[in-house]
Amino acid sequence: MSAAAAPGKRYVARSKQMAARRLGDEVMIMAGSEATVYTLNDVAAAIWEEADGLTPLDEIVERRICRDFDVAPEAALQDALVLVEELAGHGVMEISDTPIAPRNYPAAPAEEPR
Amino acid sequence: MSSLMQEMGEKALALGIPLTVQLDLTYRCNERCVHCYLDHDDHGEMTTTEYKKLLDELAEAGVFFLTMSGGEIMLRKDFFEILEYARLKHMFSVKLKTNAVLIREREAARLRELGVESVQISIYSHREHVHDGITLLPGSLARSIEAARFLKSQGLQVMLADVLMRQNHQDYSGVKALAAEMGVRFFLDPTITPMMDGDRGVLSLNVEQDVLQKTFRDEGLVGNVEEFCAAPKGATEDDMESYPCSAGHTFCYVSPYGDVYPCVQFPLPSGNVRRTPFAEIWNHSPQLNEVRDIQLKDLPSCSQCAHGSTCTRCPGLAFLEGNMRGPSTQDCEKSFARTGIPSKNLEAKRAGRSVGHGHSHGMGAGLIQIQGVSLAPAAASALPS
Repeated sequence: MSAAAAPGKRYVARSKQMAARRLGDEVMIMAGSEATVYTLNDVAAAIWEEADGLTPLDEIVERRICRDFDVAPEAALQDALVLVEELAGHGVMEISDTPIAPRNYPAAPAEEPR
Repeated sequence: MSSLMQEMGEKALALGIPLTVQLDLTYRCNERCVHCYLDHDDHGEMTTTEYKKLLDELAEAGVFFLTMSGGEIMLRKDFFEILEYARLKHMFSVKLKTNAVLIREREAARLRELGVESVQISIYSHREHVHDGITLLPGSLARSIEAARFLKSQGLQVMLADVLMRQNHQDYSGVKALAAEMGVRFFLDPTITPMMDGDRGVLSLNVEQDVLQKTFRDEGLVGNVEEFCAAPKGATEDDMESYPCSAGHTFCYVSPYGDVYPCVQFPLPSGNVRRTPFAEIWNHSPQLNEVRDIQLKDLPSCSQCAHGSTCTRCPGLAFLEGNMRGPSTQDCEKSFARTGIPSKNLEAKRAGRSVGHGHSHGMGAGLIQIQGVSLAPAAASALPS
């Protein structure tokens, strides 16, 4: 566990292999290598959008789920864990006990094409 | 189309969101295909900065599926920079159309790293002299196939896209077999479209009706032949309220010069992103709004035609023929080849009359792609619906 990690915390990050876009109250996710499309409902979409790899899952749940959906933190966290583990099983998300380094744009410079 | 994709398409339609955009990065090309509709000179392509700004606007507008095409996309030195921006900053689902001649192991690995959804490669024959005779680039078949194998070995989804024409109509089975051997998908487009300058001479490359009929009865290509070639049942009231296709509804096309069109095959100038934000064009363009207003019942000839609800009528091809509300004769010919029943338009032509054709809209800026557009990334049939 890294020094930055808080004990007992879980960190979640969106997989960079996925494509994603909000469509109304849902989020569409496309797993290109599998040619598979998923849709996340508004609760799952909120977690997906906050999954920056650095914010612990319980903070995401408290800030986005408990506030917006009027649900007890413990129950919400339990449900969120089930959800992210399922998404991780599909390669849509990553889960870790330590913060996950951001891999958003800009990434390392691309090699110059011929 | 899967039900989920259909559901997404319907939702995007209801919300007025351009779910899919084709973005051409250049018209320059290292091949000179005999059936190509493009002028390959650079008349002032958008810069890297302009493309990034456009990608910001497309993401903001809700675009999810992004097809990058050309010309040959790999001829842009900033291709990977644009792709990286599209994928890592905005998480578009990106499909590439390329001849793949410039894709080697290094490029294939980079495309995989960037999470490209699929790569469509133009292959016109499994025989070198036929394919290279169409691309006019010696060695192109070997290079393209090698590239397809590099991409496949990276785990990328690859599709070999063939166009049916006089030169190669005997070879599509060979390309299909090649695709099967490689474990990649295959797609055959039976339509040649006019050139961007309005020259329709290239249409002479279209196959004869008997070849089309035979092709449409190839079970390995169309699946259930009886179903595919079934006689039309006529349009219902619901059909009359339907839209011809996704062009202008959930799809549009942006040229390398920033021009926006309803579709790559529908060259109705609707705005330019260098002058106007994309969302403003999408939401307020009078041209796009006109296209959106057209339902089957508004088509004078096609609404009265037996094929009205089952025809693959392309409004862009109809537009190129002179009237976006008129028939597309090439699609009439396809309906006839499938069913043996002539369309109202073909009957009129036989009788020496013309239906629904107005004046040409002037195709100077016309840009046509050889392939139709679907909301779904994959189709069950190897032919366009």
